[in-house]
Amino acid sequence: MLTVEGLRSAYGRIEVLHGVDLEVRSGEIVTVVGANGAGKTTLLHCLSGTQPVSAGRIHFRGDELTTVPAYRRLRRGLAQSPEGRQIFTNLSVEENLRLGAFLFTDERVERDMQDAFAMFPILREKRNLVAGGLSGGQQQMLAIARALMGRPHCLLLDEPSMGLAPLIVAQIFEVVESLRARDVTILLVEQNAYGALKIADRGYVMETGQITMTGPAAELIADPRIREAYLGI
Amino acid sequence: MDALLQFMLSGVTVGAVYALVALGFTIIYNASDVVNFAQGEFVMLGGMITVFTYQAGLPLPLAAVLAIAITSLVGVALNKLALEPARGAPVVSLIIITIGASIFIRGAAQLIFDKQLHRFPSFSGDAPIHIFGATLVPQSLWVIGGAVLVFIALWLFFTKTLTGKAVLATANNRLAAQLVGINTGWVMTLSFALSAAIGALAGVLVTPITLVGYDVGVGLALKGFAAAMLGGMGNPKGALVGGISLGLLEALTAGYLSSQYKDAVAFIVILAVLFVMPQGLFGKSTTERV
Repeated sequence: MLTVEGLRSAYGRIEVLHGVDLEVRSGEIVTVVGANGAGKTTLLHCLSGTQPVSAGRIHFRGDELTTVPAYRRLRRGLAQSPEGRQIFTNLSVEENLRLGAFLFTDERVERDMQDAFAMFPILREKRNLVAGGLSGGQQQMLAIARALMGRPHCLLLDEPSMGLAPLIVAQIFEVVESLRARDVTILLVEQNAYGALKIADRGYVMETGQITMTGPAAELIADPRIREAYLGI
Repeated sequence: MDALLQFMLSGVTVGAVYALVALGFTIIYNASDVVNFAQGEFVMLGGMITVFTYQAGLPLPLAAVLAIAITSLVGVALNKLALEPARGAPVVSLIIITIGASIFIRGAAQLIFDKQLHRFPSFSGDAPIHIFGATLVPQSLWVIGGAVLVFIALWLFFTKTLTGKAVLATANNRLAAQLVGINTGWVMTLSFALSAAIGALAGVLVTPITLVGYDVGVGLALKGFAAAMLGGMGNPKGALVGGISLGLLEALTAGYLSSQYKDAVAFIVILAVLFVMPQGLFGKSTTERV
């Protein structure tokens, strides 16, 4: 579904991705784990087109995506729930969800919104409130729900567990896992390596802008090097 | 009593113009957080282009439409040529760019047109309407009606349409707006075109009353800015109420104190708003969780 080959990207003259290769197959949950500053968020922004790519290629569902402008990539079926949630803070919860389906005007929009409310009942309760007033966990739920409103084939999830209480983190991971049943392929970027690898099929380990290990999630969890470096076991 | 009514009528007329300028500020501010100080030049261009195309022999309605269309293009050009290349710069830098653009447009207008004051005929004649001993020129009704219509249209646009929401979303979070599929570049183009068109419309409506010259924009931008501040930046309702209030304050000051103090009112309003309620009458006080 998503193939990345030799991807390089830089901020000014400082290169932060030094040739990343990665593949996500249809129906999978794939995770990229790694320390802060490894380049995980930059990778997702390259995939979404919000960060320039200096070399390499991105293919998505058979098409080359590398030069497609950011706002056209959701149309191709690639959505992102970005790091730091990035919700529209001065609009209401409902308006945030409606904008998630900006590309659509059919009756399915309303149905998708009801689905989102079923997935996160707290959002239904707060649907008329300004999104900036939600708690961190609720904002994260809104960010995921908004991304799903765009009817993606593949969802890029950036640090959905960041800064949240353990109970909420568990709930978020549960929802992410449940998206499998909705035919949404997932690329999950996480510092919480254990939580991410537990729900993922395969994993990539990223260090200073490069993929250093890859394999089935179960193998990575069992690997002594990973256990020491990322799982603190 | 007659005098009071007369002051109020002229206050509302002038206020409606300030409201139109403030509404122009509102759109660009909503889309980009930038206060566009070239907004007054759009008003000037609307008036001047109508004057010169009308003198060249075009019927007045056609001249007006042409002026509004050309001014929209100037607005789009301002965004594309001056602001877009500086994208990513701090908002203050962008605001300073708009001040530079306003000086440039004024200079260009002085060369292309001239330095005289001009007018064209009122739309519905000049026979004054008498209301309880006060008088009102029919053109005032055009100005007030224009402001109210533009306000209603904008209010519907921002609250009821998905495109309007997309404009608000772009201002609030450009990154997230792109991620949900909004073409943020197009939103900016639209905002500048719309904003310039509204400014030009104000110029077309008000020229028969106040006349137009190459340098009327500066004062209008300042008054419109004061009105927008008073009402709460970014809120169409605030722009309308702020504009009319400022017009009334000015007219009453001119009538009861001295017309020499008239222009000071706008400055006093800006200072008062900044000291007492920086968010304005209808602005939201922004508190965000992080």
